[in-house]
Amino acid sequence: MDPAGFTQIDPVTWRIEPTGAMRVPAIIFADEQLISEMDDKVGQQACNVATLPGIVSASIAMPDAHWGYGFPIGGVAAFDPEEGGVVSAGGVGFDISCGVRTMLTGLSVEDILPVQEALAETLFRQIPAGVGSRGEMTLDDAEMDAMLTGGARWAVERGWGEEHDLDRIEDGGRMEGARPDFVSDRAKERQRREMGTLGSGNHYLEVQAVAEIFDEQAADAFGLRVEGVVVTIHCGSRGLGHQIGSEFLKEMASTAPAAGIILPDRELACAPIKSKLGERYLGAMRAGINCALANREILGHYSRQVFGRYFPQASLELLFDVSHNTCKLESHVVGGKRRELFVHRKGATRSLGAGHPVVPQAFRAVGQPVLIGGSMGTASYVLAGEPTSEEKAFSSACHGAGRAMSRHAALKLWSGRQIVDELAVRGILICSPSSRGVAEEAPGAYKDVEAVVLAAERAGLARRVARMRPVICIKG
Amino acid sequence: MNATGQISGFGWEHFHHDADIGVRGSGRSVVEAFEQAALGLTRIVTYSPIAADIRVEVECRQCDLELLFVDWLDAIIYEIATRKVLFGCFAVRIEGLFLQGSLWGEPVDVVRHAPACEPKGATLTALKVARDDSGIWTAQCVIDV
Repeated sequence: MDPAGFTQIDPVTWRIEPTGAMRVPAIIFADEQLISEMDDKVGQQACNVATLPGIVSASIAMPDAHWGYGFPIGGVAAFDPEEGGVVSAGGVGFDISCGVRTMLTGLSVEDILPVQEALAETLFRQIPAGVGSRGEMTLDDAEMDAMLTGGARWAVERGWGEEHDLDRIEDGGRMEGARPDFVSDRAKERQRREMGTLGSGNHYLEVQAVAEIFDEQAADAFGLRVEGVVVTIHCGSRGLGHQIGSEFLKEMASTAPAAGIILPDRELACAPIKSKLGERYLGAMRAGINCALANREILGHYSRQVFGRYFPQASLELLFDVSHNTCKLESHVVGGKRRELFVHRKGATRSLGAGHPVVPQAFRAVGQPVLIGGSMGTASYVLAGEPTSEEKAFSSACHGAGRAMSRHAALKLWSGRQIVDELAVRGILICSPSSRGVAEEAPGAYKDVEAVVLAAERAGLARRVARMRPVICIKG
Repeated sequence: MNATGQISGFGWEHFHHDADIGVRGSGRSVVEAFEQAALGLTRIVTYSPIAADIRVEVECRQCDLELLFVDWLDAIIYEIATRKVLFGCFAVRIEGLFLQGSLWGEPVDVVRHAPACEPKGATLTALKVARDDSGIWTAQCVIDV
């Protein structure tokens, strides 16, 4: 995008004034280079979101924003139900509650290196990933509903996780208000054999080494030390979330005109929060959140089992689990007044600052861990939420590097074999069933994650705590 | 690398999207355009040949042709996800806004098909079903992968 089309507020904040049907301005957090490299559609989509009924303060885009579905990926928007506010299936995204969890192994890189290859092969064999994979379990109707209501807590109760994990998961591992009865039979059928599967595309399980610490106090609180090894898992609600998203998107698109909602883009399909359709979507979407929380808890359990074979003394403690495709009812101060708002984060992470009552006690002095995935050849980051993110972005930060080019363009530039070999030379082992899939996910296809997190820090959304480099990457 | 299956203006192709993949089918009728787009959907997963060992029937009904197209692709994605089958041949019949489709394929063979990524849902982004001045039908949208 051409930065000249924006009002520059500071070096990392750009504003588009409301014009036409826009009810609020659009705000993009990025440095000049990042905003210059963003597709024009990011600005257009941010402006489209600004036209939706009941939107509060601004339509916001994060430093990793890229062209999404209705909302930009990296988009944040809050809606007030008392002012006709809407809930949007496109504003949550198809992979409901897609997110990241990081687990501390207590091991050092020197512990891992002697078994790196065998560990990679075992993880690849034990973690179901990619097209055609099935989970180890099949859920009957009663267990499906219990999972959709219980989230990670359900997984723990069935032995696929540990009780103390729940304090380290957003919402205590269980989203209130889930309504399995609003989830279609097709969505449930799609998930019946997909619990404990990783998926494909940009989803991964990585063994990472802490390469650099930026904030000693927060790193101490998070249990991170240089050369320490962590396991990071990126995935979501699998087929169930997508089926819910697809079904409600079409229903919202066809009923929005009758609800008096003018959509500048059909993908912005939405329904009033205070409507039957809005309530049904929220109930189903919350069940989708629980599915994702349960799925990551099970994958964490599998990781513990694999590490236990090589390192019986390792306990893999959960650092934190965050979701980045959600709509949550949250309390925020806007213009000096506390309001209950439905905050959509599409490819954006909740980022609560120090002292916030929702942050687990262990982190309350430093802020909530914000987990940022990179690409398989570059860094990932752990950030800490900043209190200033409340006023600037409804307590939100970026979620990843964000793609810089399409899969099609990546295939023209790289081959999977070339990527695997180049990363192996750098000590990074890639395991994937598909050479083409590796090429589509080439590190060069992503934005510079360091620029993204630095922009988030300069904008006061979250600050850097630690940088991690990949050691093993399992891709679906 | 081949990202099109174009023959004399009819066929399928993938088009640009930052995060995901657009599929476009074209043909002499809306039916052909839908069938070709379905083939483009499969080619997101694999370029390998797919045997026609299994036949699956699907039905879709919608309130307009574009949403019917999204429903058609979503129906195929559902069958891939629940049956763990890839489809390489498609036959569509449309009456009004009611679609009946036949899909032929085989179970996913991870070694032979080397699936690149998983199509998870058809979106309304870049959604278009239209006929051009020369009478060629195009059906397209972005697929979330």
